[in-house]
Amino acid sequence: MEATITLTVDGRAETVTVDTRTSLLDALRDRLGNTSPKKGCDHGQCGACTVLLDGRRMLSCLALAVAHDGADVVTARGLADGDRLHAIQEAFIDHDALQCGYCTPGQVCSAVGMLDEAAGGSPSHVTADLTAERGLGDLDDDEIRERMSGNLCRCGAYVNIVAAIREVVGTTVDAQATTAAR
Amino acid sequence: MKPFDYQRATTPDGAVALVSDRPGAVYLAGGTNLVDHLRLGIVGPDLLVDVNRLPLDEVGATEDGGLRIGANVRNSDLAAHPAIRRDYPMLAQALLAGASGQIRNAATTAGNLLQRTRCVYFQDVTTPCNKRDPGSGCTAIGGYTRYHAILGASEHCIAVHPSDMAVAMVALDATVAVLGRNGERSIPVEELHRLPGDHPERDTVLEHGDLITAVVLPPPLGAGWRCTYRKVRDRASYAFALVSVAAAIRVEDGRVADSRISLGGVAHKPWRAVKAEDALRGAVVGDESFAAAAGAELAAASPVEGNEFKVPMARRTIVSVLRELAGQSGESR
Repeated sequence: MEATITLTVDGRAETVTVDTRTSLLDALRDRLGNTSPKKGCDHGQCGACTVLLDGRRMLSCLALAVAHDGADVVTARGLADGDRLHAIQEAFIDHDALQCGYCTPGQVCSAVGMLDEAAGGSPSHVTADLTAERGLGDLDDDEIRERMSGNLCRCGAYVNIVAAIREVVGTTVDAQATTAAR
Repeated sequence: MKPFDYQRATTPDGAVALVSDRPGAVYLAGGTNLVDHLRLGIVGPDLLVDVNRLPLDEVGATEDGGLRIGANVRNSDLAAHPAIRRDYPMLAQALLAGASGQIRNAATTAGNLLQRTRCVYFQDVTTPCNKRDPGSGCTAIGGYTRYHAILGASEHCIAVHPSDMAVAMVALDATVAVLGRNGERSIPVEELHRLPGDHPERDTVLEHGDLITAVVLPPPLGAGWRCTYRKVRDRASYAFALVSVAAAIRVEDGRVADSRISLGGVAHKPWRAVKAEDALRGAVVGDESFAAAAGAELAAASPVEGNEFKVPMARRTIVSVLRELAGQSGESR
């Protein structure tokens, strides 16, 4: 069975007819030519296919395209503002947070989604006090590691991935403090 | 993957009618388990009824002071909900111990409950499995059993239900609201899942077409209770439990006045440790009572070759959690 769906992908409206079995990942890659999200395990275990789906980080391999008609999808490709990379992308480069790069688009999307969650006060498994008000400033390395655990990196760039995210957390918190002080 | 039709349900009753009328129809919620199983060829429905846009995504107070959690509330939203964090911290902890950030954003409350009880052989269509293919045999027995059951298993199946959330809900005496062909009914979460017996292909007591619309939590345990959820696993994060314990106790005058204990990772269903609770009632607080309670529950344990370690692991985890809860310090809440 086929279905025609409309997606906004990285800011662009796309209409595509897909078999109902098509994952969002395959729709993006094979039908819309957006190879930014990667197919790692295709079983929801590695995180390489992570995109921002209606603003939240999701595994596009476990999403059926037909079920997301009308959705807004942002891939790592769409995070940049023209030639200006997203702060997370810049930090990944600065910190050498990758080797082969295959997991990187998923890592980057996951990190962006994760920072939004943390800024919104969401707790994690390693959050000691579930009832305390929390924000980005509370993201220590343990929190970053726990919250990024859905993204595997077989090259083992984890140490630098944590450092890259830590830097973005720091500059964001500093910028907020400066703005608040004005 | 076998071809299937897709329909988006617009009302709960409409969803129930669509699935009830078609033997090969299944519900699609977050899809984190179903889509994987479609791809693996474990299931082959001919119709997916998408319930994601049904208005079942609210968390609201019930008349008796409990909470009604809509079936579609995402695991991450439930874990972050202020009332859950404040009044049911054991449930928030359990949710946050499960899966990954991405999966918690997609997975729903009802979908988490209805994820399949499973094991690696269930997921490998090249091997016999009584759950996937009734009567074909169990490859796990005599195979790799590290993640398998030590309680309530049968000669036909030793798979475990992997949910963390459900373990806490069982300890909290939660119920599910189920909409079926003949109207609504309520089932305790503890009675939702089955032991494998002679029919490991059936994970739950639900009938074809039944739709979980909500999970209802009783009023919070309240003053004097302390509770926690602890998960023991091979990796620090994003791994199934080897053993998990949801526990709450109320201590009065140095004795356990009341307790709630359930276990994950040990059985075909979230396991309410009634024998341990009975043993604890009125017992003097201390390791001796805690070990006796754990021993009472685990006396019936029947591990298979390769997962014997789970029995002492479960015993020690129960004792450790109770010790933490009974003490005035520690990380419990």
